[in-house]
Amino acid sequence: MVEAILVMLGLGAAAGAILGAASKVFYVYEDPRIAKVESCLAGANCGGCGFAGCSAAAVAVVAGQAPPNVCIVAGAEAAANVAAVMGMEVGAAEPLRSYNTCRGGERAPEKYDYIGLDSCRAVSMLFGGKRECEIGCLGYGDCVKACQFDAIHLGPDGFPVVDETKCVGCGACERACPKGILKVQTMSDRLLHFNRQDDRIAPCTQTCPAQIDIPRYIHQIKSGDYAGAVTTIRERNPLLLSCGRVCPHPCEDYCRRAIEDEAVSINQLKRFAADWEMNSGARLPVTCAPDTGKKVAIVGAGPAGLSCAFFLRRLGHSVTIYEMMPKLGGMIRYGIPEYRLPKEVLQWEIDGILKMGIDAHTNVRLGRDFELGSLVAAGFDAIFLGIGAWRDYDLGVEGENLKGVYTGISFLTQFAKKQQGDAPTEEPIPIGKHCVVVGGGNTAIDCVRTLRRLGVNDVSILYRRTRKEMPANMVEIEAAEHEGVNFHFLAAPTRCIGDENGRVKQIEFLKMELGEPDASGRRRPVPVEGSETIMEADMVISAIGQGPDVSFVKDGKRLSDLKITRWSTIDALDPETLQTNIPYVFAAGDAYTGASLVVEAIGGGRRAARSIHLYLSGKEVTAPEKSLYKEHIPESIFESVEGVTKKARTPMPELPVEERIKSFIESDLVISEKDALYEAGRCLNCCRTCYDRDLVV
Amino acid sequence: MGDYILLAISCILVNNILLAQYLGNCPFLGTSKKMETAVGMAMAVVFVGVMAGVITWLVNKYLLVNFGIEFLRTITFILVIAALVQFVEMFLKKSIPGLYAGLGIFLPLITTNCAVMGLCLININEEYSFLESLLTSFAFAVGFGLALILFAGVREKILLARVPKPLQDTSIALVTAGILALTFFAFKGMA
Repeated sequence: MVEAILVMLGLGAAAGAILGAASKVFYVYEDPRIAKVESCLAGANCGGCGFAGCSAAAVAVVAGQAPPNVCIVAGAEAAANVAAVMGMEVGAAEPLRSYNTCRGGERAPEKYDYIGLDSCRAVSMLFGGKRECEIGCLGYGDCVKACQFDAIHLGPDGFPVVDETKCVGCGACERACPKGILKVQTMSDRLLHFNRQDDRIAPCTQTCPAQIDIPRYIHQIKSGDYAGAVTTIRERNPLLLSCGRVCPHPCEDYCRRAIEDEAVSINQLKRFAADWEMNSGARLPVTCAPDTGKKVAIVGAGPAGLSCAFFLRRLGHSVTIYEMMPKLGGMIRYGIPEYRLPKEVLQWEIDGILKMGIDAHTNVRLGRDFELGSLVAAGFDAIFLGIGAWRDYDLGVEGENLKGVYTGISFLTQFAKKQQGDAPTEEPIPIGKHCVVVGGGNTAIDCVRTLRRLGVNDVSILYRRTRKEMPANMVEIEAAEHEGVNFHFLAAPTRCIGDENGRVKQIEFLKMELGEPDASGRRRPVPVEGSETIMEADMVISAIGQGPDVSFVKDGKRLSDLKITRWSTIDALDPETLQTNIPYVFAAGDAYTGASLVVEAIGGGRRAARSIHLYLSGKEVTAPEKSLYKEHIPESIFESVEGVTKKARTPMPELPVEERIKSFIESDLVISEKDALYEAGRCLNCCRTCYDRDLVV
Repeated sequence: MGDYILLAISCILVNNILLAQYLGNCPFLGTSKKMETAVGMAMAVVFVGVMAGVITWLVNKYLLVNFGIEFLRTITFILVIAALVQFVEMFLKKSIPGLYAGLGIFLPLITTNCAVMGLCLININEEYSFLESLLTSFAFAVGFGLALILFAGVREKILLARVPKPLQDTSIALVTAGILALTFFAFKGMA
């Protein structure tokens, strides 16, 4: 017995001694943090994090390949402890969440009938699944089986629904899905996603320059989740209040319902959601990624600059805005009149963006107060130029410099400055009795409607083509007509006639007729010989287009390197990266495109934010792969749509004409909740090829 | 020589440690869901099985039999195998980091593997010589690996099949293991 005990003790001692010696002999230096990190983890060796056991996960954390919250079992406290060991903030890496991009499900027409198969992976190998849609969900729930956390279930519509509160972002579903529908992404990944050829997106989303997921937010409105709708819009467009008011909604031109019925009033629904947030009294939280420590200067606080600043801030960069005007907003503050976009509303929206932690300096101008070199010296890692298109094109006729002849943007800007008290010392613009505005765009309409509100009874528009060719929004043209503006179509001014004091008193124009279509597809106006007509005009505003003011280029040393196109816009190497020939300078908005839509500038701002983010992360700045840029997926554009019954479109509520031309209060109103729910119900909730058919009642 | 071949075949197929002796059930079910992990586990078992078989044979012969304390065999072997695995882990980490990374988590998991323990005890009970022990240890471990990898292949196919709810996951795995064991039973005729 004694022997046995001695042998066991001896054996134990020997084993201990050998191991002790071995640990000295075979000592490998290991970062002491690995052991510390490992002690914080759950120790379950479950592999849910994607690493082979807890020690492998600890090694990955210390090597910087995994975030502190890598352990999906141990929870938030453990993540905090790991972060403490690593000397990081807990949120140093954004949480990954699974995101389903297919909304087709059972709606997709069926092609095959499989018997006895119960796996997406199997059917995808057998001719790609039972549904006609080749990129949509197969509906056998491999992701549901793969999820160890019970966070995914197959919804009633036949596609997986992810419970974000349960999802830990382990990526098992993404690996299980043969179609790549479930994507495990961070918020930053989602913000930087641009439409792809193989995306599951409706025609409206393909058309929207900001690429808002329109069916998703309309569906959210329909189910009463207004906050969700606002958040969805804000993933693509930070200026939803403004866009909800002024956007000419190109998306509605591609609305699938419009093929058989009237288009869904998408923009009014956007405005409804946006106004709901403003009127709810509380701002919805906007999440930002952890700080990256990189600094970006935004030059120009118009829609492009604000959008770029917003997205860069959400991606965790530090953003500073430089604006030449006294207040932020750019053209949407100084170009769009009060009655279309109240300044109070705009200010609320801009305040929300600034509250995310963005600095802004006003009354500073590129080329005059600072230049690229001084921004680089101030420690900025990248510069965004969103300087807009503030220079009016000249009319190019005799008498253009007479007193009483103005250009559109300068008139609107000066008036807006005066109206909001930016320039108390400046003389107000003398307003005439017979006012003539030349041009057919939105600026021209803004001028005439502003003049009507200033009490001018005789306001005319001269446009060299017909109403059909006017580039202004149709609703704007109609509103101007209702407000009693005289339209003179097929009329091109030839000279302004002044009186003895050098003041304009008459304008002469030529009658035109339409000839062959030109490059823009519109028929070219041709003058009719000897048709000169003279019209009374003591105030003439020319609003025939505008371009960026790039005179700053010659003012600065580094600025002069910036490549400018022959249309005096800032040149970018690639329309999808918006990087200029100076690698750390990016441009978007009107400064790049020439005068264009607000929503185009917002989309451009986000596109530039993506490129800047790539640039700041040290990655190559390239266009997104398989990008769907300014084009449509052919199979998603239908000739006819079955199963649509006509349902009237909700009309836009507006103030009566007599009331609205007396003041500058907002003329277009927001639709009621009841109308919004009705209008949201008109949406077919389209995906790439699927859509909901109307129930025949 | 012929005897050795026969012994090896008997250990790999006829007396397969997993499917005939039914030892090492936990890793058999636990690591057979994916081929990748199954291969890792099989490699680790071959490695540790051979080491353990040899060392325990020596311990038995020169320590336990010498002092007449064979009744302490099980506990001694546990101690020896655990220490051995720890030692091997440290050695690999220092000297062959590639192999250490390849075996990964499976190496320490085997510390408590009954297949390894089982093959050591079988060696002693069958009174094999040192060389025979070396061979049987290797053969048993290869048999373990073979069964595990076969089973992992089958289970990957089962994932694609429609399995009735009450039989899903571990239940169907146990049923499959039983059927696999029956097929190995056919090798009994060879002996």
